[in-house]
Amino acid sequence: MSVLAAAPTAPSVFDGFANAVALVVLLLEFGMLRASLLRAQVRLYAGQSLAVSVLAVVVAIGHHVPELYVLAALSLALKVIVVPLLVMRLLRDADAEIAGSGALGVASEVLISIVVAAFGFFAVGVLNIHSNVLPTAALSLSIAVVLVAFILMVVRRDVVSQAIGFFSLENGVSLASLVVASGMPLILEVAFLFDLLVAVVVFGVLMRTHQRRSRSLSTEHLDRLRG
Amino acid sequence: MSIVLVLLVVVPLATTVLCAFASHRVSAAATVVTGLAAFAGAVALVPTVSTRTITAIGYLRADALSVVFLLATCFLYAVTAIYSVGYLRTAGAAGDEEEERRAYFAQHSRRFFLGFNAFAWSMMCAPLVNGMALLWIAVEITTVISALLVALENTEGATEAAWKYVLIASSGLGIGLLATIFMYFAGAQVLGQSYDLAFDPLLAAAGRLPDTPVRLAFVLAVVGYGTKVGLFPVHTWLPDAHAEAPTPVSALLSGSLLAVSFYAILRYYQVATGALGVRFPQMVLLVFGVLSLLLAALYLLEQQDIKRMLAYSSVEHMGILAIAVSFGAPMALTGALLHVLAHAAAKGNAFMGAGVLVRKFGTKELDRMADGVRLLPWSGPLLVATVLSLCAMPPFGLFRSEFQIVAGGFGNRHNAATAVLVVLVTVAFLGLSLSTTRILFRVRPLTADAYHDVENLAIGEPSWWMVVPTVAGVLVLLMLGLIPPDQLLDLLSHAASTLHGGPA
Repeated sequence: MSVLAAAPTAPSVFDGFANAVALVVLLLEFGMLRASLLRAQVRLYAGQSLAVSVLAVVVAIGHHVPELYVLAALSLALKVIVVPLLVMRLLRDADAEIAGSGALGVASEVLISIVVAAFGFFAVGVLNIHSNVLPTAALSLSIAVVLVAFILMVVRRDVVSQAIGFFSLENGVSLASLVVASGMPLILEVAFLFDLLVAVVVFGVLMRTHQRRSRSLSTEHLDRLRG
Repeated sequence: MSIVLVLLVVVPLATTVLCAFASHRVSAAATVVTGLAAFAGAVALVPTVSTRTITAIGYLRADALSVVFLLATCFLYAVTAIYSVGYLRTAGAAGDEEEERRAYFAQHSRRFFLGFNAFAWSMMCAPLVNGMALLWIAVEITTVISALLVALENTEGATEAAWKYVLIASSGLGIGLLATIFMYFAGAQVLGQSYDLAFDPLLAAAGRLPDTPVRLAFVLAVVGYGTKVGLFPVHTWLPDAHAEAPTPVSALLSGSLLAVSFYAILRYYQVATGALGVRFPQMVLLVFGVLSLLLAALYLLEQQDIKRMLAYSSVEHMGILAIAVSFGAPMALTGALLHVLAHAAAKGNAFMGAGVLVRKFGTKELDRMADGVRLLPWSGPLLVATVLSLCAMPPFGLFRSEFQIVAGGFGNRHNAATAVLVVLVTVAFLGLSLSTTRILFRVRPLTADAYHDVENLAIGEPSWWMVVPTVAGVLVLLMLGLIPPDQLLDLLSHAASTLHGGPA
């Protein structure tokens, strides 16, 4: 608990609010993990991206970093609107019933993720990385998000969940970059987002190819190549 | 020389755009010309960067280290471009209606050349951009383009390989992005908030960077970019993607993409050694290198598929590179960089030779091939030479590079690690050479029902376009082994000195 105890005084309103939003991001990641319907998962992803964009605005207001407004607007347009719409359209075209593709039961998945998230949270806490933009707890939370996103990709056996897992991993990294790299030049941040867009398109193409070929979104029979 | 830098980044992109609209013939010609021109451009940079760093338009930068990797990429771009012409010509599936086949071929070849040029372009950008952030972007672009190329053949295996590749490699690069932002954080403590992660300021400030973030960034970079290098335990996409991609793409993936990702790790290594001293970064690379080499050597002993076998050989060579850098001796570092060039030539050649065999026998299974030397009077012997060079036999380039690495290791008192290196390389040599000599020299295939197929094959090469680039590759390997040009040696030793804790 050294992370929380390190603050000598009660956290300011800004810190408290930032931590709360970061926590929402992590909770939504858990929500994605246990959502059995793919549509629900996509909606939760949109919500998570919204939370990250809100946090960017909060930092922009609190620390007077005008570039972050642009970044927040772009990430809102891309991650809250474009990506979920693309995935939803794929789901509509695929018309495949996939519910609960998890390799484990929901309870075990969540238990494993809690352990992993706690590991990430405390492991980053002891590193003593302080930023003057956001409280350190937000960084710990972002690493927890990344780790839970990995669990999501590992335990789900359908292409949409795995792709959503990767996109939410990127949300975790964005959260981390708000904490430690919010001053990064805007052009780089925009380039990162553009890169994400390209990746999303490629993921979409490959998901469609997979769906056309196997008439399903499941990855269960993707096990021919081995050795 | 700045103009060459700009041209190297602009011209392949222009060719890519051209291939989106032009006919098959025009695209093929433009691709071959661009490949050769790119190689000429990279060679033209060699004398200049041995003495100073070139920059252009703020975002481009070339020093000795980046030109080594650029040379490897451009050489493969040129030879695989020539090879692609023959590869696509012999690709038509028999039995379909003529009209239908032609339409399919036109579409297939357009997609192929579009992706091929874009892929080569992104790999040339990676060593030429100035800064950790741009480097990450370039490597991510190589991933998404090559994932599409892996899926191009549109078989079930290709779809599976492409999905695994894009998911695993993108997740790895997600970790690479974390490394980038932690490196930014470390740099921001010294250089202030609004710097853009360019190499020169970062390297100049390396000594004053805070310890923990750099340590974190380095390990994250080794794991993240290591996913694309094919280091154990994040190599799992590699054999699938190499085996299922079209052969020219396999050659580029193996000889160039893995090396370019390793270049990214080397950039982090430069900063990390400046900030932390050499001990910690070398230890990390040594562990990953030895584990990768061990895994690859064992898998090479028992492999059924010719392209998967070559893919595991790539894991082996990337392990050798990591170990060589971990030795830290100037001789081993020079050897490692020579190894990058020689491996690019040898592995490109091996994949191109394997592609000819696959075309000839119509299968990738080693058990169903036989008598390659008689049936393919050129490609057979060339493949023998290539595999011997991959196993680091004299007089080829890899012998020289691995000899330097081993000598550097013993010279710098890494006796145990060097001994392990030699033993594992020998095991890998055994697996690789046994399988290849079998398919080339035995008279009958191992699988009984393939007897008939092999007996009915006529002697002759599928296409001369697929032979010429392999001849060039073997000549380059001989040159690197016997009479490496002085300017190249200058370049290598200068690049090695930038890795040896010296100023950039």
